[in-house]
Amino acid sequence: MLAVTKRENVQGNAACALGAIAAGCRFFAGYPITPSSEIAERLAGELPKVGGTFVQMEDEIASMAATIGASLGGVKSMTATSGPGFSLKQENLGYAAMTETPCVIANVMRGGPSTGMPTRPGQGDIMQARWGTHGDHPIIVLTPASVGEIYSETIRAFNLSERLRVPVVVLYDEIIGHLLETIELTTPDDDQLIDRKWASGDAKDFLPYADTDDLVPPMARPGDGYRVHTTGLTHDDRGFPTQVPEKAEHAVTRLLDKLDHHAELIESYEAVMCEDADVIITAFGITARAAHKAVKNLRSQGVKVGLFRPITMWPFPEAAYKKVTGNAKAIIVAEMNAGQLVLEIERICAGKPEVHRVNRIDGEVITPDELQAAVKEVMS
Amino acid sequence: MNIQEGVQAHVSAEEFDVRDYMRLDLFPHFLCPGCGHGMALRAMMWALYENNISMDKLAVVCGIGCSGRLGAYIDSNTFHTTHGRPLAFATGLALARPDLHVVVITGDGDCLAIGGNHLIHACRRNVNMTCLMLNNEVYGMTGGQVSPTTSADRYTTTTPGGNREPVFDACKLAEAAGAGFVGREVTMQVPTLKDLIKEAYDYNGFSFVEIMSDCTEIFGRKNQLGESAEMILSQKSSTRPDSYGTKVDDPFRPNALKTGVLVKGVRPEYRDMNRPIQPVQPVQKD
Ligand SMILES: Cc1ncc(C[n+]2csc(CCOP(=O)(O)OP(=O)(O)O)c2C)c(N)n1
Ligand code: SF4
Ligand SMILES: [Mg+2]
Repeated sequence: MLAVTKRENVQGNAACALGAIAAGCRFFAGYPITPSSEIAERLAGELPKVGGTFVQMEDEIASMAATIGASLGGVKSMTATSGPGFSLKQENLGYAAMTETPCVIANVMRGGPSTGMPTRPGQGDIMQARWGTHGDHPIIVLTPASVGEIYSETIRAFNLSERLRVPVVVLYDEIIGHLLETIELTTPDDDQLIDRKWASGDAKDFLPYADTDDLVPPMARPGDGYRVHTTGLTHDDRGFPTQVPEKAEHAVTRLLDKLDHHAELIESYEAVMCEDADVIITAFGITARAAHKAVKNLRSQGVKVGLFRPITMWPFPEAAYKKVTGNAKAIIVAEMNAGQLVLEIERICAGKPEVHRVNRIDGEVITPDELQAAVKEVMS
Repeated sequence: MNIQEGVQAHVSAEEFDVRDYMRLDLFPHFLCPGCGHGMALRAMMWALYENNISMDKLAVVCGIGCSGRLGAYIDSNTFHTTHGRPLAFATGLALARPDLHVVVITGDGDCLAIGGNHLIHACRRNVNMTCLMLNNEVYGMTGGQVSPTTSADRYTTTTPGGNREPVFDACKLAEAAGAGFVGREVTMQVPTLKDLIKEAYDYNGFSFVEIMSDCTEIFGRKNQLGESAEMILSQKSSTRPDSYGTKVDDPFRPNALKTGVLVKGVRPEYRDMNRPIQPVQPVQKD
């Protein structure tokens, strides 16, 4: 099948829904919450057209559970939410990580904490997206910065989730979620879509969590005769609970190593005019777009400034970041929270170059002017 | 081993060997001696056998608790989910895979406390699956804390002065929330329980069965209810088959819990209610 491209004026949240359909998502379970509801609303109409299922559950705990349940049945599935609902999804998100069940979670960030500011943008879920569920667990978090990128990153989220059997969060702020932009809706070729590896061969000898070269075991589809046990308890290669120290360590270590092993596949970032930059602004989502503007303006004034924009937020593209920022004199981390990504950047930089912060937690976006002023201050 | 095609509808207790359908390599199992959950498991397996349900096409979705641990022993597609959530997981699985026969095993704490909201909506939504709730009046797995179904005045580790909260009638809740099939049975009569579960498996839609189990080691011991045999006997004498009608109750046992099929109605299953999407007509202005 050839890629079909059409240009359309779409909203960020609609792009997420359409990206999901293009990626082969055929199940959505959700619970309404601003500013993410348009994803559910769009999919309620789109899924039946392609033979898929939409269901509105009784809460976010149930919608995360149903999403995983559908995926365990072999169907690509997703859910969508915002802060308060994302908190509720954490329990079962951990279950997906532990049982290696592919699934995609869109989290459209509003102002927080708690019920916060439902209709205002925020970027305060960066650390929650990484560490929201308990215990050491693998997770991938993608942070698109435009409507077009929401579409393509949602497709990539499904591909990564299927390929690596890891839950993938598509994380963006309310502004991008509600933004209307004209984008190219490219239907991916079949060979651009990844389906998880299914168990094949003799069911008798099948070990659902056996070591494989790529650290991703094939999954057994219920009904195919493998009759495996799936549990969130720490399990051995047969899938049954174990508390034998070596087996427990081995099981969790493989889960974590899986992402290191596939770092190249997962990592994605954009570096704008960083080669000769004295100051590098580091920002994601809508803040990165303001930063982009600020970089352009400053460059026209002869100021050597660049932008590093992580598209994959977690695991953070650490090696690339070190390389790109190696010659800079200073870094400014701009984010709509009280300082979260900056903690990771400070850890990576370990004092060199120096790291500065620009933050906003008032429900307003960070403007290019603010960033230009910050750069000038840092340089003076 | 697969349940064979064309087996007779009824096999005697002697003929049915539950071990043929268990993951015997996991034995010895973890249940305490005399635990009612073992008899419940036997009844649900026997019912699968008599209903000709293939172990390959079966999906057993369990919550967390002693009850939830049963799934691991069944040689089928088994899912041990999170505490209180098995019905929500099962809803996704059943909607995605209507070809599977979905059975949920849950406990009184799992289903009525942390999972109460999911039960209400599973009853209302009516996706085809059977929910087997093993009610032993206590949180067995975590060492004997009070549960929503603990009888009045009973001692548990968190009710040192006796339970003062009223007991929850799960079957009434299921009925009120719209479940098309509701039943209750004690574990003492495994063949009767098996027949009830068979009917629940057969029902097209959401079916709910409360299995009155018992926790001998923790709840029984704490309340000096005797050994397993005494516990199930007293359980039996506190219940009465629904088919006896109301007359025998009065004035002798007005508070006896009814057992058997309590509700059986015809409701369209979730998927039968699919509506074509109506395009929104723009409002005509004069
Ligand atoms: C979110 C969460 N809270 C608490 C627990 C601890 N927990 C495990 S089993 C259980 C109660 C089980 O009671 P019940 O459902 O009646 O099952 P039984 O063991 O009696 O069969 C609890 C509270 C948990 N696993 N997860
Ligand atoms: S603790 Fe109670 S419910 Fe659990 S296995 Fe023992 S007797 Fe059964
Ligand atoms: Mg219990």
